[in-house]
Amino acid sequence: MTPSTRKIVTFEKVAKHFGAVKALNGVDLHVDRGECLGLVGHNGAGKSTLMHVLAGTLSPSFGTIAVYGEDITSSYDVGVANANGIRCVFQELSLCPNLTVAENTRIFHPSLKGWGWKRRASALIRTKLDEIFPDHGILPDDIVGDLSIGKRQMIEIARAFTVTEAPLNLVILDEPTSSLDAVTSAQLLDYVRRVGGEDQSCILISHMLGEVLEYTDRIAVMKDGAVVANRSTKDFDRDSLVKAMGNVVEMAEIQKHEACERVRGETPLVLEAATDGADSVAFRAHKGEIIGLAGLAGHGQTALLLKIYDAATKRRPDLRIDGPLALVAGDRQTDGIFHLWSIAQNIGVRSLPRMVKRGLIDPLAETALGEEWKDRIKIKAPDMNDNILSLSGGNQQKALFARALASDASITLMDDPMRGVDVGTKLEVYDLIRAEAEKGRTFLWYTTETDELKNCDHTYVFREGVIVADIARVDLSEEIILQSSFKEHA
Amino acid sequence: MTHVRQIVEKPWIWSFVGMFLVWLATVLYTGGTGATQVITAALSFATFTVIVGIGQMFVITTGPGNVDLSIPSTIALSGVLAMKIMGGSDAMLAVGLGASLASGFAVGVFNYMLIRLLRIPPIIATLSSSFLILSTAIAYGRGLKIKPPRMLADFTSAQVAGVPILAVVIILFAVGMSILLNRTLYGRSVLAIGQNMRAARLAGIRVERIRFATYTLSAVLAAITGFLLAGFSGGASLNMGQEYLLASIAVVVIGGTSVAGGKSNVPGIWGAAMFMFLLVTMLNTFGASAGIRLILTGIIIVTVITIAGGDKPAR
Amino acid sequence: MIMLAYLTSPKFLRSALPGASFAFLLLAIFYVQPNAMSYFGLNMMLQYSVPIALATIAQMFILTVNDLDLSIGAFVGLTASIGATLLADTPLLGVLALAGAVAGYALLGALIHWRNLPSIVVTLGMSFVWLGIAVLILPTPGGTAPGWVKSIMALQLPFVPFPIVAALVIGIVVHLFLMTSSFGVVLRGAGGNARAVGRAGWSLLRIKVLMYAAAGLFGVLSGLSLIGLTSAADAHIADRYTLYAIAGVILGGGEFVGGRVSPIGAVIGALTLTLTGSFLIFLKISPDWQIGAQGAVLIIVLALRALIKRREA
Repeated sequence: MTPSTRKIVTFEKVAKHFGAVKALNGVDLHVDRGECLGLVGHNGAGKSTLMHVLAGTLSPSFGTIAVYGEDITSSYDVGVANANGIRCVFQELSLCPNLTVAENTRIFHPSLKGWGWKRRASALIRTKLDEIFPDHGILPDDIVGDLSIGKRQMIEIARAFTVTEAPLNLVILDEPTSSLDAVTSAQLLDYVRRVGGEDQSCILISHMLGEVLEYTDRIAVMKDGAVVANRSTKDFDRDSLVKAMGNVVEMAEIQKHEACERVRGETPLVLEAATDGADSVAFRAHKGEIIGLAGLAGHGQTALLLKIYDAATKRRPDLRIDGPLALVAGDRQTDGIFHLWSIAQNIGVRSLPRMVKRGLIDPLAETALGEEWKDRIKIKAPDMNDNILSLSGGNQQKALFARALASDASITLMDDPMRGVDVGTKLEVYDLIRAEAEKGRTFLWYTTETDELKNCDHTYVFREGVIVADIARVDLSEEIILQSSFKEHA
Repeated sequence: MTHVRQIVEKPWIWSFVGMFLVWLATVLYTGGTGATQVITAALSFATFTVIVGIGQMFVITTGPGNVDLSIPSTIALSGVLAMKIMGGSDAMLAVGLGASLASGFAVGVFNYMLIRLLRIPPIIATLSSSFLILSTAIAYGRGLKIKPPRMLADFTSAQVAGVPILAVVIILFAVGMSILLNRTLYGRSVLAIGQNMRAARLAGIRVERIRFATYTLSAVLAAITGFLLAGFSGGASLNMGQEYLLASIAVVVIGGTSVAGGKSNVPGIWGAAMFMFLLVTMLNTFGASAGIRLILTGIIIVTVITIAGGDKPAR
Repeated sequence: MIMLAYLTSPKFLRSALPGASFAFLLLAIFYVQPNAMSYFGLNMMLQYSVPIALATIAQMFILTVNDLDLSIGAFVGLTASIGATLLADTPLLGVLALAGAVAGYALLGALIHWRNLPSIVVTLGMSFVWLGIAVLILPTPGGTAPGWVKSIMALQLPFVPFPIVAALVIGIVVHLFLMTSSFGVVLRGAGGNARAVGRAGWSLLRIKVLMYAAAGLFGVLSGLSLIGLTSAADAHIADRYTLYAIAGVILGGGEFVGGRVSPIGAVIGALTLTLTGSFLIFLKISPDWQIGAQGAVLIIVLALRALIKRREA
């Protein structure tokens, strides 16, 4: 079959309503053969919903979907999408942890069956992994559950690019670099650009505007369930892109605060942790400091935060903590929210002991706390008694911040909390964190985004579970962090 | 209008509706005779199911995989132990009750130790321990035929104007448990753990203490049931707890507690326990054979859970 | 050195644990009662392992898709009752009834998937239904097993006793289907991450129906093999099998959630469980402690597993 049109997929006035919520509100969009389309927008702008419609896991309420110019809206589902070579790598991983890498490949390809399916599946996935991520260190017989989250994401991405019977025309990558470190991210993006030349198309959804600007041919900007800008990437720069997304806060905010550097050691030490390794730098945090934890993903940052967190209830000889702790989770669904509870209850849960009167929790105090933080952290919700899931991802994250900041904790641990959060929310929360630090609270902030480290007074760089560098804000730069993140002799 | 809707949306309302319908069918069939006696009997027997049901509810609320399968053997052990120690003497009543409570506490601690130290699923832990507990009860109470002390027997069967005193006590107890669930740190922690154990730990909840308390509570309530049941039925027997395994789980589910954890309510347990008893009464009145009775009981449990539906998948 | 490192690695220990506990128990029995170390001794001790192994495999199918079956004991009781009455008297009707029972299980799977129901509660309710039907068919213990069923179970194989061979065959057949076939991968995948399997285009409804039907089939086989040994049936004949089957899967190294199961392990688990009973008889331990000892064996094996896991972490 020779395609009669260059347009692989065309969306016309596609809308998706969940009850009263209009997640998509008339989207017009198309993807050309061989192009890489960037899709950006704040959380809740409708990007993920759009991709679910495209992948066939959600059907649109209105509008038409055409593949190669042919209207197939009514029959469109996962099977049709697969048959037309449209694949999707979702934000939440879709691998089976109990199966091997090869077996996961088999799940994806109905044609891998009969004698020798295992050998064929192994060869298929190994070849693709080698092609995209050289030195990946993954074996086809590895059980997926035993691998790190970064490796799992690599497998997931590689699997989406494997081809058996069905053609491969379009791969949708939804925040593909969120769990990848700088090197593997670059490998992936280079590969995406390479296959673009070979007639395969790609949609890249990312909050990392730099990635989108550097690697895509065209950028579509979404806002409030519609595409508000759709131009060649050449016509965008960072500022115009941010403006198109509808940012209220200027990026200049961050720069302004960079000026006020704190002198280290003026305030008392509140946390000290010995880390393993002979030449490891000791981990120290003083009252009122914002401490960054950097380095490649999965090199011990989260592990240290959890170790510190556990030490609050179980004393350890290698850790000294002065003051109560709170933690802001990055993985909202598994570490953060209580999905059956209201927004107010989710905020109040960390502060319940304060609300007990004569042995019983005072419901008024809980409501009051919710209302207070609705204003302070600007949670966009009609009623704080609504279920937490009625909020967009960014606002759910705000509720988690409110939970920690409303508590009695003097030290707040943050486990890459801005993962997949839009720029507007980020800037608001940065301000809040700095204001709280001024008041004497201490923050330990693990982040995968180098830009965020600009908020930190000091940054510890991790490599293989060990702290290899301690960088003050004045010395901070992307190069220094990258340099420390890799072995000297490498 | 919103009030009506709020009530209809309460998950426990259906158990009371079912209870009423079954009662109505029975009374219509008999032409009105025994309408109140049936209620009295239902209150008497449901009491025991309610006590174990509440313990099971707290356990199930702590999340998927949490079920206490050791309830029947704990009932047996506690009953046998108390009867033997009291030897039918009123003077030993307090000692017997103390021994019964202690046995429940010990079982709870043992169950939790298995779960915690062996890191095994609670179903398996309580299943394994139930074997051991039952063996202990068998070995301890062989050939047992001891009457309960008079005072205990009188207390468990006393009625005022057709209302069993014990049922009133347990209704008050249920109110207390409802407050424990909804308004205390313990209850809130249970609800949080049931939704997401990891998130609960990271939100500052002492997860393991709460789970310990929950399994202990369940075992102690089972022990109390064994104590009272032995008094009510004129002595302890080794299989007196048998029916309470299925019954305790059934009343929790029919009462509107989510098996996925994190959502539960106490009133529904009373409704469901009454419903279960009245259902069997109704079938007996209709003259159904044992086989039919079993089949219908099963079908009703499956139907209730089908209508109540599973948990809506998270978005 | 590498060999030794491998032999003491948690991964190896974990996979070897089911076999090791079985071997340990067997050696203990031989030590206490050397007479047991014979063709007939093994045959006697292990004959009931066949129905238990089949029920364990049935439970394992359900556990693979993250459900739990609390009705398998009652179901085996029902199929045993059908086997000893209808199947013996009017074979055609008997076969139809058994096929209907398997279809009932498949429907149950469909219902559980369709309404996203907790399997524990549904199967709990169904255990009443199966028991009720069994009581209707066979109100008092009795009936006779069909002759062919009895003769299969009384089979005398050369050198190796029939129960051992039968258990091995059961384990290997299910292993080939579930663990190595390309379709078995999909079935286990549904236990690991159902949503992902659904997104890849597989019907989760079909998977669940298939797994429940398979469980029903093995339940039928378990019931038939049981009456082949006992000759007569009783509605309550297999009440304990629900617990045996769960314990068997767990002793065999299976996990409760996440589709991590092992058919061969499950069969070994069932054998271990059967041996426990014989061991106690040989030790002349009071029957009062029989069930207690089975619980103890379960706890000890789980404790060993916990130790290995701790080393893994």
